[in-house]
Amino acid sequence: MSDDLGEKLLALSCPVPVSDYPNVLLGHGGGGRLSQMLVERMFAASFDNAALSEMHDGAVLPVPAGRLAFSTDSYVVRPYFFPGGDIGSLAVHGTVNDLAMCGARPLALSSGLILEEGLPMEDLWRITRSMAEAAKAAGVSIVTGDTKVVDRGKGDGIFVNVSGVGLVPDGVEISPRRASPGDVILVSGAIAQHGIAIMALREGLEFGTTLTTDSAPLNGMVATLLGALGRDVHVLRDPTRGGVASVLNEIAKSAGVGVTISEAAIPVGEEVRGACEILGLDPLYVANEGKLLAFVARERAGEALALLRAHRYGAEAAIVGEVTGEHPGRVVLKSRVGGRRVIDLLTGDQLPRIC
Amino acid sequence: MKFVDEYRSEESVRKVADSIRALVTRPWTLMEICGGQTHTLIKYGLDRMLPELVTLVHGPGCPVCVTPLELIDRAVAIARRPEVTFSSFGDMLRVPGSELDLLSVKARGGDVRMLYSPLDAVRLAQKLPERQVVFFAVGFETTAPAIAGALLEAERLDLPNFSVLVSHVLVPPAMEAILSSPACRVQGFLAAGHVCTVMGTHEYDPIAERYRIPLVVTGFEPLDLMVGIRMTLAALEEGRHGVEIQYSRCVTPGGNLPAQKLLSEVFEACDRPWRGIGVIPKSGYALTPRFRKFDAAKRFDVETVTADEPAVCIAGSILQGLAKPRDCAAFGKECRPEKPLGAPMVSSEGACAAYYSYGRE
Repeated sequence: MSDDLGEKLLALSCPVPVSDYPNVLLGHGGGGRLSQMLVERMFAASFDNAALSEMHDGAVLPVPAGRLAFSTDSYVVRPYFFPGGDIGSLAVHGTVNDLAMCGARPLALSSGLILEEGLPMEDLWRITRSMAEAAKAAGVSIVTGDTKVVDRGKGDGIFVNVSGVGLVPDGVEISPRRASPGDVILVSGAIAQHGIAIMALREGLEFGTTLTTDSAPLNGMVATLLGALGRDVHVLRDPTRGGVASVLNEIAKSAGVGVTISEAAIPVGEEVRGACEILGLDPLYVANEGKLLAFVARERAGEALALLRAHRYGAEAAIVGEVTGEHPGRVVLKSRVGGRRVIDLLTGDQLPRIC
Repeated sequence: MKFVDEYRSEESVRKVADSIRALVTRPWTLMEICGGQTHTLIKYGLDRMLPELVTLVHGPGCPVCVTPLELIDRAVAIARRPEVTFSSFGDMLRVPGSELDLLSVKARGGDVRMLYSPLDAVRLAQKLPERQVVFFAVGFETTAPAIAGALLEAERLDLPNFSVLVSHVLVPPAMEAILSSPACRVQGFLAAGHVCTVMGTHEYDPIAERYRIPLVVTGFEPLDLMVGIRMTLAALEEGRHGVEIQYSRCVTPGGNLPAQKLLSEVFEACDRPWRGIGVIPKSGYALTPRFRKFDAAKRFDVETVTADEPAVCIAGSILQGLAKPRDCAAFGKECRPEKPLGAPMVSSEGACAAYYSYGRE
């Protein structure tokens, strides 16, 4: 109770005196008093945990025997606040999810910040709080970090790198190469939400309703799935940049198998579909931040679907396709009207069409 | 989704495909004009649902694809100027010029922006009074009214720092050019529904009369295309010619009269080169004298920029329906979406890109 209250009070205002420092200065990354104030009052207070409180050059963690997963990701999203999240929560979810897709239980994260001189201190505070809350919700600690400040005009407000380590439990074996003919492919929910939400915001597009990001930690869902199915879960991936189409292509190529998906089976929200229709974008190539693709043994597919659907982030989960021995390395989509087409990698980003 | 799902129903499409099979007794060659239609055909695999007697050739209806190289070079020359903020629809940014595309200009420090509406460019010019804001006005009759509206707004605001690089092209003269070619194999047309939504169908009656062909104004969803194809084939089998409208939920014979009035205020027809095809008389739009002060080509003195097209690329034959993308020696080899030789491989509506993205199984 008192912990909760303290946290709420702390969250109310930025602990770095805003009256003195309403904006980030170069000195906040210089290693002196300003740096120290930022680290102690903002980061250490927010990310509060034993490993961090040592204030050492790195964190020392007790690790049981077994396999360690290690992942890193950098975040440069613009704008850094968006409906349903911000660059901080996105960064934590992203790395937590990357670890989860290795079959790992996330153990600890790092936070590397590159700040642009002039960044409003209040914005940094909101992002820091958001990272702390996202980490807490995912049940993982931010145990070490680093902050640099670059000259104004040399950054885009804030860039965030989050690296993380996690433990892979015994009996879990996740690898793109394990995709094998007969596997059933599931997606954990409606696709393309994050990419369209960001694009709508960035380009000032209005669609009647506000689209929010789907950014969410998926480690809980993965733990449940692996706990029940173990080795029968063959591949896990979160279709972030490049979307479902790109991830399926990567898996098909690395496993040397064919992938067939059914357009009608792939869940896409109404607003997202509408936005994609207007812009001429294919939702299969649009980024997700809170969805996973799971390749599971055929006989366990029904069970996997039920488990995903029972989870708060998986209510709209669906079986969308299967792995085949035909057309190795290629992803083929059965279109809504019964035709077939190859789904290939894109060259760059999707560009909206003229007419 | 309403107005979409009912036109993508597997059962409805299959029924029309069955009736087409029952209808066709002889080989026929049809051309769909619009790149959007080409993509729907390939994306949904509709071409594979047609009887072998029916051949579809893909027309020149992608505005990105027919924009000549020299115009891209002019755009690049303007966009590289330090005082210019150059804006364009997304599709145009990756089309290669002789040396650079617009995305590369951006990477080298140019202020190049993707916009969704020409009116946004007018707003940008208001917001950035110290910059010269240029909009790359690309498209057929479909997007031209939006450009015309933006120019009227710029005139009303008396904006000295706004201009457009006009690259608008017109469909009927291109159809005439194709039909009058001795190599022409096209026996019936699926005309572009969106263009006719604006312009109506009166320009097409004389073409259908002169060349005695059926011409069916068709929409863009799978069912639209299948029904449009069936209507064209039925006319051919019965020996009829003339204009019919499949896309009647949008198209009326008269078209959108206020939009046409806007167009006649701002634009006049001019001779215009098409990429790979050459100059087609009266097939493009130029600004009327009243609006010429907004002409970016004049303002930035790029009218003398010319360019030669790569010899191996057969974009011209593809755009005229004389060859299919796979007939090209460079297709999928030297010419791929990541390194396109010709515009049909770049644009999301280009025939080569459609074959490359969807067709390789």
